[in-house]
Amino acid sequence: MIVGAYRDACADGKFVISGEIGPPKGVKAETMLHHIDMLKDKVDGLNVTDNQSAVMRMGSLAVSGEIVRRGGDPIFQTTCRDRNRLGLQSDLLSAAFLGITNVLCLTGDHPVIGDHKQAKGVFDFDSVHLIQCCKKMNAGADWEGNELDGATDFFVGAVVTPEADPIEPQMYKFARKVEAGVDFFQTQAVYDMDNFRRFMEQAREITAGTKVKIMAGLVVLTGLGMAKYMNRAVPGIFVPDSLLEELGSVEKEEQLRKGMEIAARHIRFLRENKVCDGVHIMAIGREEIVPEIIAMSGASDA
Amino acid sequence: MIISKKKPAEEIIQALEGETKVIVVGCGECATVTQTGGEKEVAEMKAILEEAGKKVLATDVVHTGCAELDVKRVLRQHKEAVKDTEAFVVLSCGAGTQAVRAATDKHVIPGTDPLFLGNIRRSMDFIEKCSHCGACVIDEYGAICPVTRCAKGLLNGPCGGTDHGKCEVDPEMDCAWVLIHEQLKKEGREDKRTRIHGPKEWNVIRRPGELAEAREKVGAAKSGGE
Ligand code: SF4
Ligand code: SF4
Repeated sequence: MIVGAYRDACADGKFVISGEIGPPKGVKAETMLHHIDMLKDKVDGLNVTDNQSAVMRMGSLAVSGEIVRRGGDPIFQTTCRDRNRLGLQSDLLSAAFLGITNVLCLTGDHPVIGDHKQAKGVFDFDSVHLIQCCKKMNAGADWEGNELDGATDFFVGAVVTPEADPIEPQMYKFARKVEAGVDFFQTQAVYDMDNFRRFMEQAREITAGTKVKIMAGLVVLTGLGMAKYMNRAVPGIFVPDSLLEELGSVEKEEQLRKGMEIAARHIRFLRENKVCDGVHIMAIGREEIVPEIIAMSGASDA
Repeated sequence: MIISKKKPAEEIIQALEGETKVIVVGCGECATVTQTGGEKEVAEMKAILEEAGKKVLATDVVHTGCAELDVKRVLRQHKEAVKDTEAFVVLSCGAGTQAVRAATDKHVIPGTDPLFLGNIRRSMDFIEKCSHCGACVIDEYGAICPVTRCAKGLLNGPCGGTDHGKCEVDPEMDCAWVLIHEQLKKEGREDKRTRIHGPKEWNVIRRPGELAEAREKVGAAKSGGE
């Protein structure tokens, strides 16, 4: 995988697969670097999370830059929570300088969700503004229209929550992101393939006439307890009973394997039925299982 | 209405360390309605301070605690006490406390924690609906303010944290974006949701804010005459 691989994979119309790297809380980077090296050639792109869940960590900018240096293609996640429009744009220029080409524009979780609850959330821009801003910088100007000495060339992504309740306001926002010129979406984790198929029908209506790619988000279920927790505590995530039963049907030690099987099955289903344009696989700290999931799904020999 | 809550008495007593003589000032408007600085609360504060060994030289409730001329006039009525006192405890919002600041050079202590500009739903039940951002945009949002009522002030739709119509910040709190959406639907104005709204222009008012119409007019007349 090389810089630009993610964009190229999208342009080629192949089934796009990305993984995810969560930077460490601290300066010990060995595990993360190991995950990067192990994954970078198995996927088309590697997301790097930005203080995910409002928990302070090493920055997505530096880690994305390191992925470039190691010959991978990072997808630089950046949220509106921690920076105002000056900080965001400055980081975007820095990203371009580091050779980063993919940006995923997020609102960001509220600080009260995370480990610095007393922090002030910034939210000067929202994710729609951030997409517009990337596009302006690609066209050679900053947000205010001041000319840039060298334009950026970002492939710009955003997220959407197919299981949002209610879904209507979410779809309006999705449409605004499309209108703002987004190139690709990675969805919040989905587990109910029928629901997702219905979501995709609505989404495709909105993206008709554009080249927007939509990748399904898959968070690997690592056990019954974790699956139940996701259902209960994470907004916009729905794990159907059938999957809970499937996980529960095996011993605790076997549940991770079951979760991997489920993920692989979903990838195969989405690819074979051309439901969406690819998947974004999140294994949250267990990145070493991702290559095997891809192999199990048969997507690597596509 | 400015909504405030009482500061813990210990905090006020601690702020008065080394000082004995004190004047307690309340406010007849918001702090009276929120029961943090009306006649009753001022009397309570007097009792608390006396209990702590302080000498309360005077108490008064200014009709409008943030009206600086009112505050000055009231303090003039307590001339001797004002001269003699070491400190003022003010039971009003921070604006009222600073109105007392403008009227004296002595130690001024806030006796409440001001919270927000609130609507009164019923007695002692308040909700924040406007944070005076300087340019009201709520016609675009079914007259439900996303700047204030969405925990992230999002202008183009909900974040991914909406959970069964509630906000990720507090499961007891409605997601403003669900309210906005439902309202626009009721009005048949969902088309309001089909355009991108730019970010807030935070410079439309200089902070700290200042509006002096009379003075502005004088200025305009002057420059016009030149
Ligand atoms: S947009 Fe909201 S915060 Fe701004 S003035 Fe209107 S109601 Fe108040
Ligand atoms: S859940 Fe709704 S109200 Fe809360 S931050 Fe997100 S959009 Fe705003």
